Amino acid sequence: MNKTYKRRRMVNVIMLCISGATMAFGLFWLAWILITLLHEGFGALSLTLFTQTTPPPGSDGGLLNAIVGSLLMATMATLIGTPVGILAGTYLAEFGRRGWLAPATRFINDILLSAPSIVIGLFIYSVYVAQVRHFAGWGGALALSLIVIPVVVRTTDDMLKLVPDSLREAAVALGAPVWKVIMFVSYRAARAGIITGILLAVARISGETAPLLFTALNNQFWSLNMNQPMANLPMVIFQFAMSPYPDWHRLAWGGAILITLGVLGLNILARVLFRRKI
Amino acid sequence: MKSEFVQRFISRAALAFGLAAAPVALAADNITGAGATFPYPIYSKWAEAYKAKTGIGMNYQSIGSGGGIKQIIAKTVDFGASDAPMQAEELEKNGLIQFPMVIGGVVPVYNIEGIKPGALRLTGQVLADIYLGKITKWNAPAIAALNKGVKLPDQDITVVARSDGSGTTFIFTNYLSKISAEWKDKAGNNTSVKWPAGISGKGNEGVAAYVQRLPGSIGYVEYAYAIQNKMSYALLQNSGGVFVGPDDKTFKAAAANAQWEKTPGFYQILTEQPGKDSWPITGATFILMHKKQDKPENAVIALKFFDWAYESGDKMALDLDYIPMPDNVVKLVKAEWKKIQDASGKPVY
Amino acid sequence: MPPRDAAVIAPSFGIGGQTTYNKRPMPAKRLPWMDSFFKNLTRFSAFFVFSILAAILVSLAFHSQLTLSKFGFGFLFDPEWNPVTQEFGALVPIYGTLVSSAIAMIIGIPVSFGIALFLTELSPVWLKRPLGTAIEMLAAIPSIIYGMWGLFVFAPIFAEYVQPALVKSFGSLPIIGMLFKGPAMGIGMLTAGIILAIMVIPFITAVMRDVFELVPPLLKESAYGLGATTWEVVWKVVLPYTKIGVVGGIMLGLGRALGETMAVTFVIGNAHRLSTSLLAPGNSIASSLANEFTEAVGDMHSSALIELGLILFLITTIVLALSKLLLLQLAKQEGRQT
Repeated sequence: MNKTYKRRRMVNVIMLCISGATMAFGLFWLAWILITLLHEGFGALSLTLFTQTTPPPGSDGGLLNAIVGSLLMATMATLIGTPVGILAGTYLAEFGRRGWLAPATRFINDILLSAPSIVIGLFIYSVYVAQVRHFAGWGGALALSLIVIPVVVRTTDDMLKLVPDSLREAAVALGAPVWKVIMFVSYRAARAGIITGILLAVARISGETAPLLFTALNNQFWSLNMNQPMANLPMVIFQFAMSPYPDWHRLAWGGAILITLGVLGLNILARVLFRRKI
Repeated sequence: MKSEFVQRFISRAALAFGLAAAPVALAADNITGAGATFPYPIYSKWAEAYKAKTGIGMNYQSIGSGGGIKQIIAKTVDFGASDAPMQAEELEKNGLIQFPMVIGGVVPVYNIEGIKPGALRLTGQVLADIYLGKITKWNAPAIAALNKGVKLPDQDITVVARSDGSGTTFIFTNYLSKISAEWKDKAGNNTSVKWPAGISGKGNEGVAAYVQRLPGSIGYVEYAYAIQNKMSYALLQNSGGVFVGPDDKTFKAAAANAQWEKTPGFYQILTEQPGKDSWPITGATFILMHKKQDKPENAVIALKFFDWAYESGDKMALDLDYIPMPDNVVKLVKAEWKKIQDASGKPVY
Repeated sequence: MPPRDAAVIAPSFGIGGQTTYNKRPMPAKRLPWMDSFFKNLTRFSAFFVFSILAAILVSLAFHSQLTLSKFGFGFLFDPEWNPVTQEFGALVPIYGTLVSSAIAMIIGIPVSFGIALFLTELSPVWLKRPLGTAIEMLAAIPSIIYGMWGLFVFAPIFAEYVQPALVKSFGSLPIIGMLFKGPAMGIGMLTAGIILAIMVIPFITAVMRDVFELVPPLLKESAYGLGATTWEVVWKVVLPYTKIGVVGGIMLGLGRALGETMAVTFVIGNAHRLSTSLLAPGNSIASSLANEFTEAVGDMHSSALIELGLILFLITTIVLALSKLLLLQLAKQEGRQT
């Protein structure tokens, strides 16, 4: 008996040590990547990063057009994707208690959520870019919106399902029509969660490169024209990082810091909002 | 009574639409070109200078010659750029004209510790064998025989090639095909081939980045990339039997043999040219434009840019180690431009 | 003046119990069509999501007709990728996708489990939040940065120190040796797998953590009461209880690994060649697309690439469907309402 007990104790200690080691393992990579990011890109963080456009090799410059382009496309994608996502999620949670459309859409939505973003880019290329015969910021925005939609549908669905039915029933008892129940009771109750979902979707598309490869391409110059190739941070980083020029590398790492900080900020904001309101 | 949510949503939507709509009215005259990574350094330099001078932006995306050809045929860009010239039948079929812009050289670059640039000598046959995967170590007898006195390490050769469709690849494989029948058979001469050995990088930039990072590697890049990044390039034995290094003298010597008027579409491949001073892997890079223009205004802007580049861009090209086209060729090119016409058949420029 | 409409004017009870007849403001106008409009609007949106998927599949299938008809099923097993002879086969990219994802799972699942275990059982309360946030930060780092870091920082060190050691220790063993042959380049299948592992760890960990914390304390305390060690509680009580969630988390991570583009493109080496060695370069479906699509010359090449995209989409769908089936099975076993 004693031997067995000793063995069990030892197994316990070993496994817990391994668990601690895995924690350290995870933290090790995080630290390494963050330190690299800061070390390489810190030199690029200056005012010029935000005031000058992308330079050709050997000249000085910044990332202004890329930053603005990314912001513009992300905004458009969110504007296009959020209404569709919220409405579809509403259907799933409010009207979809019976029937086939809701469970099927949930399944389809999960597939879209895990869909490789490069395939989304291919799709938009075939149906939009190849048809209008030029790369465009709109293509990038459309591709990104197709990534926003599943995220928003999922979170809206989940959040609305959390709203207790008693609230809805109370509103109906007071004579409110169904649409008002949803808009003024359900949405209000789930507001924080839905906004969190939108923020998470924005965070997700901020770092996406693959959908933009075949849709928005990239632009060396300042342009706000969404009907033309549009500069964007991930593509610029890709191009600059793969180049052999040191000043381009610096800018690439600087852009990488920007994206990472942006995404982290959005995630923290989403978490703070969610914790406070709900 | 609207909920706060809806109100904020509407105001944000209005702001965003306003933001997006307004600049459409102020859209700059940018034209877009895409294609070869080979001339990217000089094209972007010219574009920057041209924009400073005229305010017109020439947005060039280096996605590889294959990409340039594909996108110009699809009419998603205003001009395509390719180092692999199209044959006359192809040009006819797609309704394109083609003209050379600058000349450059493809150089083999390597990353061997202790061996400085220009210290390694190779022949075309050895290079082909390395890329075929037949020679796998740096101290192989074939390489050692050419480099007496150089200490070659007992290190595996990591071959770096191009993963994308590339005119640089076209020029390089053209050279290898001329030298080695086995190469011609196994891989051939094209913008994208099945590489018998090694890894591939995307663009000239990708190959340069890999070679810089992987010890014991060899790759091929456009000369400007090798110089800009202080990479070690190898000397090659040319058809005159002399081991030459890449520089504008040897490129010019190779280009001097070209007979531009003879072939339609300026189809000239400058590899393995005769002469004691010629660099064996020289090539020109070409611009492709449609003969029938749906958007003549864009064609005019593009041609104005190229005109300016021919006239005033020489020094910038030489600074980046490209050879500008000689004046007689420029005259022929401008005559060719008359073929670019709008819907009514009038030349646009 | 008699009240115009008895319904409009209702008694209102003021302070002091006085009944006053106030004119209530007009009730909000009823928009009888609004209800069905709203319902149909949401139904249409749900259907729209449905149709996006259908559109993607149809579009991909349509644009890959050339290779679908020319190569048929053989496309899946052909290792040849030759743009010159126009012969294409998906075997190498599929192999690369599956192998790099497999490596990511082999490394990622135990590590995530260990981290989730640590966060739920071992860590002091004041450390839980910061450590949890730290792991989630791994998910927030955009994938292109993983690629850059992988190529510029990780690969050289991997090539210099780790890979030669791997070749020396495992290279000469009978069967495993095949996995560890070749020059130590630092980039290749193994590197791609490791970086993918780091990328999926936060996702799997987050899900595992969430479900571990849902285990009723009563269950765990009963086990402790019987004298079980912490490890035994986790392995024999918590894990079986949270089976469903854990599988779900793993599938989430797998889906991400299969579709990851940028990180893999930087470090997989882009070689269209099959090799048993993990140290060799390869290609994944996503990286092939990223590298070759914008310049695919010739309709056959483009069609082959789009077919690759279709295959990837189908692989992801199959994985998801299988996971749902598995979850359904598990739930049925536990007698839960399915």
